[in-house]
This record gives sequence, C-alpha cells and structure tokens, in this order.
Amino acid sequence: MGVGIQVNQLNAWFGNTHAVRDIQMDIPANHATAIIGPSGCGKSTFVRCLNRMHETIPNARVQGTVKVGDTHVYGNGTSAVEIRRRVGMVFQKPNPFPTMSVYDNVAAGLKLNGYRNRRELDEIVERSLRQAALWDEVKDSLKKKSGASLSGGQQQRLCIARALAVEPEVMLMDEPASALDPISTSKIEDLIFELKQNYTIVIVTHNMQQAARVAEFTAFFLIGNLIEFDKTEKIFTNPSDKRTEDYITGRFG
Amino acid sequence: MMLKKYWWRSFKDKLVVGLAAGATVVVLLPLGAIFGYLVYRGIGSLNWNFLTQIPKPPGETGGGMANAIAGSGLILLIASLIGVPMGIGTGVYLAEFGKKRFGYLIRFTADVLNGVPSIVIGIVAYSLVVIYQKHFSALAGGVALGIMMVPIISRATEEMLLMVPQSLREAAWGLGIPQWRTTLSITLRTASSGIITAVMLSFARVAGETAPLLFTAFGNMYWSRSINQPTAALPLQIFNYAISPFDDEHRQAWAGALILIVLIVVSMSLVRMVASRGVFKGGN
Repeated sequence: MGVGIQVNQLNAWFGNTHAVRDIQMDIPANHATAIIGPSGCGKSTFVRCLNRMHETIPNARVQGTVKVGDTHVYGNGTSAVEIRRRVGMVFQKPNPFPTMSVYDNVAAGLKLNGYRNRRELDEIVERSLRQAALWDEVKDSLKKKSGASLSGGQQQRLCIARALAVEPEVMLMDEPASALDPISTSKIEDLIFELKQNYTIVIVTHNMQQAARVAEFTAFFLIGNLIEFDKTEKIFTNPSDKRTEDYITGRFG
Repeated sequence: MMLKKYWWRSFKDKLVVGLAAGATVVVLLPLGAIFGYLVYRGIGSLNWNFLTQIPKPPGETGGGMANAIAGSGLILLIASLIGVPMGIGTGVYLAEFGKKRFGYLIRFTADVLNGVPSIVIGIVAYSLVVIYQKHFSALAGGVALGIMMVPIISRATEEMLLMVPQSLREAAWGLGIPQWRTTLSITLRTASSGIITAVMLSFARVAGETAPLLFTAFGNMYWSRSINQPTAALPLQIFNYAISPFDDEHRQAWAGALILIVLIVVSMSLVRMVASRGVFKGGN
C-alpha cells in the first residue's frame, strides 16, 4: 500500500542556483499526482528531492523536511539507501543495465541487496513483469536476452518492473514517456492507472493531456515555486492563479 | 550538375576510407614484420627440449629455457597480484570518489609514475625488497613489474568507468542499492571489457621488460625452488644469450623471443575468452 508524502519548506540548490523554493505540499496516498510546468522550473529537482537523489549531484544541497509515511526523509537516523528502497524511481530515458539479462535487470534491486531465494526471486520477477505489462513479450527469453536489446518502450516498462520488484511504497516517475512513441506512451499510462491502486505515484510530465489522463491531482511549478496544487480537474478547468491559466492555455512555456 | 556533384562526393568518400585502410596497414605492417622475422629466425631452434630443459653450460649446444618460461610466469603472476588490484582500486577511487584535490594529486602521480624509466623502478624494487631480503628474488622482480602495472591500469580503469553513463549509477541508487554495491556490480561490470583490455595491455607491456629485472629477479641458469631465490625470466635470458659469443645461444635467444610473444598472445586470448563468458555485450 502506498503512503502519503508531506513536504514542508523544501528548498534545493545546485551550487548557488536556487532551483526549488519553499515548497509546501501534501501528496495523497494511493493516487497519482502530476507535476507540470515549463522546462527548468524545478519539477525534476523537486521529485529527486523526495528520494534523496538530488544530493548525489556534486555541490547540490537540500533544506526543509519531507515525510514519507511516518519517516523523515532528511532525518538524522534515516539513510538515503533506505529511503530509495521505499521510494522507487523511473527515469526519463530508459536505463536498463546493459550487462544483465531481462531477468537480472528485474531482480537487480533484490539480488544486489543480498536476496538469494531462487524460487521467490522467480515469482517476484514474473509478478513485476506482469504488473509492468511486459511479461508476455519477454517470458521466452528472460535469461537469454540483454535488457538493452529490447525496444525503447519495452526498456521503459522493464525499468518500471525493476522498480516494482523491490516493492516500494511510492513511485516517482520523471517524464517516463517523453522518449517513447504514442503506443508505448499509452501502455505506460494504462500502467500508471493500474499501479495507483497500490502505490502513491508522482509523475513529472511535459504533456498536459497526459497529466489530465492519469492524475487526480496536479501541481503547477514555475521558476522553482509551487504556484498551484489542486484537483486535476480544477487546475485544467478553473485554475485560481492567472499564471496557471496562462500556462495551460498555452500563452507561455 | 547533380551527377557531377555526386561523383565528387563518392570520390571523397572512397578517398577517406582508402586513407583509413592505408593507415591500418601501416600500423599492422611492423607488427607483422616483427612476428614474421621472429618465426623465421626462431622456429628452427624451437623444439621439445627447448621447452622442457634448462640451459646447458656455455659453449655446449642444446638445452632450453624451461626455467625462464616458468620464472617469467611466476614473476608475472606476482606482478599481477600486486598491480591488478591496486591499479583497479586506484582507478575506481579516481572515477567514483576522488573528484577533489586529492584525486588530482593521485592522477598526477600516476602519470609521472607512468613516465618513470623502467630501470628506475627496478632500483626502487631493489632497495625495497632485495636489500631487505639480502638476495635477488622472483618476489623483487614481481614487485618491480607490479609497480609498473599500477599507473597503466589505474588511468585506463578511470577512463573506462567515466564512460559508463551516469544514468546507470542513478538507476542502481534509485533501487536502494548502496554505493559500494553499485560500483562493484553495475559500474565495474559495465566497464569490465575495457578494464580487461587495459589489464592485458599492461601485462603484455611488463612481460617483455628486461631492465627492472636485471637487479631484482637477476636470472638463474637453474630451476629456482622458491619465490625468494634468484629467478630466470625470458627477457633476461634473451638478453644474456643475445650478447653471448656463441651461435647456438643466439639461435636460442630468437626462439625465446618467439616463445615470449606467443605466450603473451595466448594468455591474452585465454583471459578474454574466460572474461567474456556470461556477460551481455553491447546495448545502446
């Protein structure tokens, strides 16, 4: 089951560049929340602060509090590794491990953390690939094919299966379909629809139709600030802020 | 008009391909010539005795280089045990952790070490091991060659690791895989074929070194019974025979050179075959 995320006074920097400013947000559990906004508005940086990926970049800095369920993400006793196990991530460009088979890609998160039970691994790999709607396409060559030999859309679903295999509570998706063709995109969107029964999903997207299709809640970001956060329907039909309206009607961005 | 332009373009295309092919031939020609000449001069003295017997006293014909072949193998094994882990470890540190000033210092040191004449490295091993042990040994020779391997392997490992896309590291971190595991199982594994090439290049480079062995392994006309004794090595034996006044020893030197090259090629191919098993190649 997914858990909610509470973000309080979150600020993030790259060196001296203040990329995310004073974000305050309650992301509801077991729903999909879309983050929209023009390029460079801090969407990706914001999402990467939720699983402590931001701090892996040299000179990057974070301030403020993020709570995933009851855990303080930036708390003193919290390890980044632990948080990333609970908050999964799918990246913009599919990034399967090229030296591993399809099977090993999906099992990587468990195997490399010392999980060795063969039979259970087999079950988890199959379940994850089914959840990611990839099972039927790869079941005959699970251990023979390299993860990198799949098509772009299949690779992205493989990355989703890989993230699902470690059974996270939250799934962050950073423009998961922006490098894919329309058919693969609609498959990923269907997937998000399925997944939000059991996971909390945060999806960054450039595509406003996509936000409207998959997310119940939408947040609009502009130059590092959270401008508006509301029900998706409200954002797209009756936004309270002039800047949100300008953006969704295509006046800028 | 269109046709004329097309002709010009296809001419340029063929010209450049031709130049590239020509450059390849120019590079391969000396290699082929050396190998061909070694076979021509050495194959006649190459026989079962050469591979199984130790040298005969000077002036007598016959005998072989069995002790030198085994000695070279032993010294190279010691060198690899020292040089490969240290080299790869340094490379990993430089690429994954040492982005700051200290990393710069190590990088600079490695480059300087790479340029130090091999005989100087022999002196270092002499003062570190030979003086301490009070006699020449295979261990001292292995230390000298091992030191030579470190900068070659570490800089190449660093380059190979930097070529691994950052997105793969992020993918692993995003799954909650700790950094050390990511480095070991994702980054190093992805770069493994390049790193193996670097290791083999450094291996081949030090396998033919004579100068650092002159006063470390020293050479031996008989079998040596432990790594703490003076030990024969192929390059040393070739050197000694090449400057000797006896024709038979000249012939044996040629055969020794041929064996040295063949053994290097065989060991490189073996490592490559073993290492490439079970790893998926390519990807995008």
